[in-house]
Amino acid sequence: MADKLENKKNFMLLTGNEAIARAAYEAGVSVATAYPGTPSTEILENISKYKSIYCQWSVNEKVALEVASGASIAGSRTLVAMKHVGLNVAADPFMTLSYTGVTGGLVIINADDPFMHSSQNEQDNRFYAKFAKVPLLEPSDSQEALDMVKDAFDISERFDTPVLVRTTTRISHSRSLVNINPVTEVTPVKYVKNAQKFVMIPAYGRQRHHFVLERWEKLQKLSELDIYHRVHEPEGSRKNKTLFKHTGIITSGVSFQYAREVFDNIAILKLNMTNPVCKGAIASFTEGKKLIIVIEELEPFLEEHIRLLNLKADIAGKEFFPAYGELGTRALEEAYSRLFGREVYTSNAERGKAGQRLHSSDTGSAADLKTGNFSDDGINDKSCEISSIINELPPRPPVLCAGCPHRSVFYILKKLKAVVMGDIGCYTLSVLPPLNSLDSCLCMGAGIGQALGMEKANPEFKNRVVSVIGDSTFFHSGITATIDNAYNNGTNLIIVLDNATTAMTGHQDHPGTGKTLGGDSTICLKPEDFAEAAGIKNIQVVDPYKLRKLEAVIKQELARDEMSFIVCRRICVLIEKEKELPVAYIDQHNCRECGQCLKFGCPAIELKDGKYSINSILCTGCGVCVDICKFKAIGTVK
Amino acid sequence: MIKNDNNNNNYKINYQSIAGSSSSSLKNGETLSVLFTGVGGQGIILATTVLANAAINAGYDVKVSEVHGMAQRGGSVEGSVRIGKKVFSPTINSADFIVALEKLEALRYARKLKEGGFMLVSDYSIYPSTVFSGDVSYPENAEEMLFKFTENFFFINAVEKAKNLGNTRVSNTIMVGALSLMMPFGQDCWLDAIKDSVPGKALQINIEAFKSGRDFLK
Repeated sequence: MADKLENKKNFMLLTGNEAIARAAYEAGVSVATAYPGTPSTEILENISKYKSIYCQWSVNEKVALEVASGASIAGSRTLVAMKHVGLNVAADPFMTLSYTGVTGGLVIINADDPFMHSSQNEQDNRFYAKFAKVPLLEPSDSQEALDMVKDAFDISERFDTPVLVRTTTRISHSRSLVNINPVTEVTPVKYVKNAQKFVMIPAYGRQRHHFVLERWEKLQKLSELDIYHRVHEPEGSRKNKTLFKHTGIITSGVSFQYAREVFDNIAILKLNMTNPVCKGAIASFTEGKKLIIVIEELEPFLEEHIRLLNLKADIAGKEFFPAYGELGTRALEEAYSRLFGREVYTSNAERGKAGQRLHSSDTGSAADLKTGNFSDDGINDKSCEISSIINELPPRPPVLCAGCPHRSVFYILKKLKAVVMGDIGCYTLSVLPPLNSLDSCLCMGAGIGQALGMEKANPEFKNRVVSVIGDSTFFHSGITATIDNAYNNGTNLIIVLDNATTAMTGHQDHPGTGKTLGGDSTICLKPEDFAEAAGIKNIQVVDPYKLRKLEAVIKQELARDEMSFIVCRRICVLIEKEKELPVAYIDQHNCRECGQCLKFGCPAIELKDGKYSINSILCTGCGVCVDICKFKAIGTVK
Repeated sequence: MIKNDNNNNNYKINYQSIAGSSSSSLKNGETLSVLFTGVGGQGIILATTVLANAAINAGYDVKVSEVHGMAQRGGSVEGSVRIGKKVFSPTINSADFIVALEKLEALRYARKLKEGGFMLVSDYSIYPSTVFSGDVSYPENAEEMLFKFTENFFFINAVEKAKNLGNTRVSNTIMVGALSLMMPFGQDCWLDAIKDSVPGKALQINIEAFKSGRDFLK
């Protein structure tokens, strides 16, 4: 801390994402690309503040990686950022990029989302690094995020490989102190044509596969270097020193922080590079130890590697730590109790000033590793009462905003009993009550293809099945599926919810907004033009605030025996609240208390003490609810 | 058990007796964990940033955890700050202090309070949509229910105070001001932190809000 105080000016409180952007700047990156996706989005948003770096939103992660690959071939240091499922989209170029390697350093920031704070799955992308035989670095705080990303560019250029840096949500979105350095001057490498390296025809591909295997040997040696792993000696003052002397922990990423706090009496081997795994360093760390605890979120990635080493020590891994969600000090305390005794464990650090607690000594008996022997102390009356209070609290899920232009579309689709194949975006929230609209949500762009599959599998779905997709998602991966529907004589209905932004991730531009990430004006594409080019004849553009018109159009297009395409166009209410729009109110005189307006699911429409009313602070004046009340009890006031 | 009166006088008296008791500096290995809860849009990220910067100004290590993405669309949100000579985990599983900007969220997170911890609650309700359409109702007796978790909580009419200052949105800074009485660093650290965290045009009202929160005992 002392050095931090002396140089306070050079320290900043940064999120992992901000630190990665800073690293790109300090490493002399000149091109950066991404498609927005939580928890990775703010990396490019922050890079765009450094004017020395060209940066762009690409239409999807595959293109983002391809643009990055081109920039690398041209000789520039290049960074590309995406969320975990984005790497699925980019997997095709990624796997072969491992063969071609790079010219200018190429670093892929991959942000995993354990617990699915804002994702459809929690896949563990460390396996991608193993799959492609590329090096993988895992920072455990913002400082390491900065240092490792800078180092990743050196590794990339020295070993002719793309490098993966994997963060998780708690690294991307937690702030810690970071030491700021000046920018490194990097001279771009001159372009020299090299077909045998960059043209992956089978004959050259075979040569490059040999290169990949040789590179793997070198990377294994690299992983043994001191900077890629570190032993943290125990600092705690727990009893039973002999027991703990023969115990060791192997961990990486944010799990290290939890481990260092809870298991402060046990030596920790922290891996900074988790692919390749440093076999030699692990062997010497585990020498003479009887128990090795492997602490990692999600899959037993390190554990599988370690078990293959045939160590003499017992290994405690996924039978003590969940293979789902996030870890945290609580999960580690539970594992601690199961391993070493039943006491309710509080670590030194968690024992704050306010909450001093008695801390009983260790029982000292290691639990049975085979069975994970553990019994709960039982739940007392007070905790029962507290649980029942918490269970009865009304949940507060995220909702479509008051005035959201998507809401009316789902209200009508529900009314028409349509089968709705959804997609990824704010509008996925329409699955929740009271709209209960979606039948499916799989991945970016999936709904359009799924709708075709439904109707081909069972003709009963004709005139019933609809796919809904946002504008940004349509450009990301809806266009090819639209062509597939048109080509294969589909007869279903595609609805594009066009709110002129990538809303869910915080309003990023895309090809339909007329602006680039750098703020330059550019072309403004319209989804309906793509439908027309695909030969779809029935194309309609409607304002989703006009409820009756919208219902008539959806009814008409759903009834058709050929492909239809509707664009519901209205800018996101968070970007552009139309001023002076008259807010709605409920005339208590006319209200029959039928409750129909509540089924619209607008947060501004309230039911308090048996009276229906509209919260004038929340109401944006979209006026849709006026048409929902058939008793004409809803009006608007200037 | 204290029951409050209409002007929060009982809370003030009780808070007075506790404020300052935690103000000695943190020793090696000691950590303070502060959890902020509320509804997306209430300004939790600003509150965590001000606290974190104040702690840095006082020479401490900090880690802040935030929520982005889907969780922000009007849902229940939390943010946390951990302070110490050296902080490891960015997340907390129990808090020394909980600052709730809304009463229902106070209840939802109350079990995260450490034994002996303290809770500051903005006396303000935001109804979630689920109470309008379902079988669940808003807990109107939040004060009584909180007693099931702890006796160490204090209600502050932060939104009313913010309204008097001219902008209800600074209720978050008022709550930070009240919290500041409990934190082991002085007013200068806080004022510098507000200057570093708030854009220029909102600075004055946020400083007033902070002072109003800090003076809530008076």
